[in-house]
Amino acid sequence: MTLYFTKEHEWLRVEGETATVGITRHAAEELGELVFIEARPSGTNVKAGEAIAVVESVKAASDIYAPVDGEILESNAALADDPARVSSDPEGEGWIVKFRVANPDQLSGLMDAAAYAAFVG
Amino acid sequence: MGTDTLLHTPLYSLHEESGGKMVPFAGYAMPLQYADGIMAEHRHVREHVGLFDVSHMGQVLLRPRSGDVDDAALALEKLVPADIAALKHGRQRYTQFTNAAGGILDDLMVARLEDGLLLVVNAACKEADIALLQSELVAECVVEPQEDRALLALQGPEAEQVLALFAEDVRKMVFMDVRILDVDGARCVISRSGYTGEDGFEISVSAKDADRVARKLLEQPNVKLIGLGARDSLRLEAGLCLYGADIDTTTTPVEAALEWSIQKSRRNGGKRAGGFPGADIILGQLENGVSRRRVGLRPEGRAPVRHDAPLYADAEFGTRIGKVTSGAFGPTVGGPVAMGYVATDDTQTGHTIFAELRGRPVPSVISALPFVPAHFKR
Repeated sequence: MTLYFTKEHEWLRVEGETATVGITRHAAEELGELVFIEARPSGTNVKAGEAIAVVESVKAASDIYAPVDGEILESNAALADDPARVSSDPEGEGWIVKFRVANPDQLSGLMDAAAYAAFVG
Repeated sequence: MGTDTLLHTPLYSLHEESGGKMVPFAGYAMPLQYADGIMAEHRHVREHVGLFDVSHMGQVLLRPRSGDVDDAALALEKLVPADIAALKHGRQRYTQFTNAAGGILDDLMVARLEDGLLLVVNAACKEADIALLQSELVAECVVEPQEDRALLALQGPEAEQVLALFAEDVRKMVFMDVRILDVDGARCVISRSGYTGEDGFEISVSAKDADRVARKLLEQPNVKLIGLGARDSLRLEAGLCLYGADIDTTTTPVEAALEWSIQKSRRNGGKRAGGFPGADIILGQLENGVSRRRVGLRPEGRAPVRHDAPLYADAEFGTRIGKVTSGAFGPTVGGPVAMGYVATDDTQTGHTIFAELRGRPVPSVISALPFVPAHFKR
């Protein structure tokens, strides 16, 4: 299992071909309490940088982007009733989608925990 | 624009010390929220009492050259459709500056004081408003922008008990009353009004006293600083218009469902009918109706439908009937709320129309405003 981070403030926990994706604690704090989360349907193929989900705070909507190419396998059904889970536990129970990584080579372009910590200062 | 080029209100240091997330707003660095966040701040105002810094707003005193405030009132009626002449000493009224097309240049509060009329206008419009007043009312009034005054809003069901600790007489005030009272030794112009749908006060205080007065209020139990984010969700639940979103130069007061603010005396057949810019259009609309109206909307589900979302009569997006002008999640309502303009035929309360959200139709029910009952002291 390896944990990666993106400049768009997502995290990916990669186990084999599958990655669990969410937003970082830093991003969750910036967004404030979330009121709605909607992921694109399972089976959707996306390229790195395309939207995989939208999260809504009271104030604004923000897109969550695919960190690498792949396919959405599953979204976190618990968030439909309790979107605030993303705010309270963004790097655990507040995960957003499970994702099949199409090209593992792309993962080397992402940051590790130390690099991300330095990135957000 | 970096926040270093922005203007600061007299409470800037307080915001910074209090963890305010400062954002540019109408040329000022203003707090969007504090550590608790928009949802918690919103609920705090509905349940207890919150303190807002609204010092970015424009305060302008219209001082009659004759010394008679009636003359200033009649002069101001050249620019607004409300009955200002009938406004009694110590009372305040909501109105709009209109243009020749009947559109809204700004919306404002007008309070009648001993020495003149005190106007509170929107931050983004204040320069234009002052220029308008100076060019149109120069014969009758001296226009005095109150640049050395801050404006605080104390809002929520516990506002009266907090402010009464400093100025007992606020207990005698009712909604839209205005009094000059001392708060901790500072002479303040206090109105019982606000922009949240809750009971509360707006407190005009000199810039030099503002920080001290704000800190005194914040020392009281249950008083918390509230940012612009919660101010917006509170006013939306209260069904109140935001200038630049729900009303602007392309919307008339009648289309905006603000005709309650045009008293009989200024309508056709009234004692001082018309006489304000766009009166022919606005008074005509009062008699003949309008083709679109501002309404409240309750979108189905949890996803907020936001500013500029198109509105349709049908889920297939066949007939476009309007657009959303304000939309957000209403923390007290517990779901999304919105306002927008809709073709008059489709404005019946309870009628379902469709908002387009990310390419999909969201059934949205036309709803009476406000979304949350107002709690004014009448």
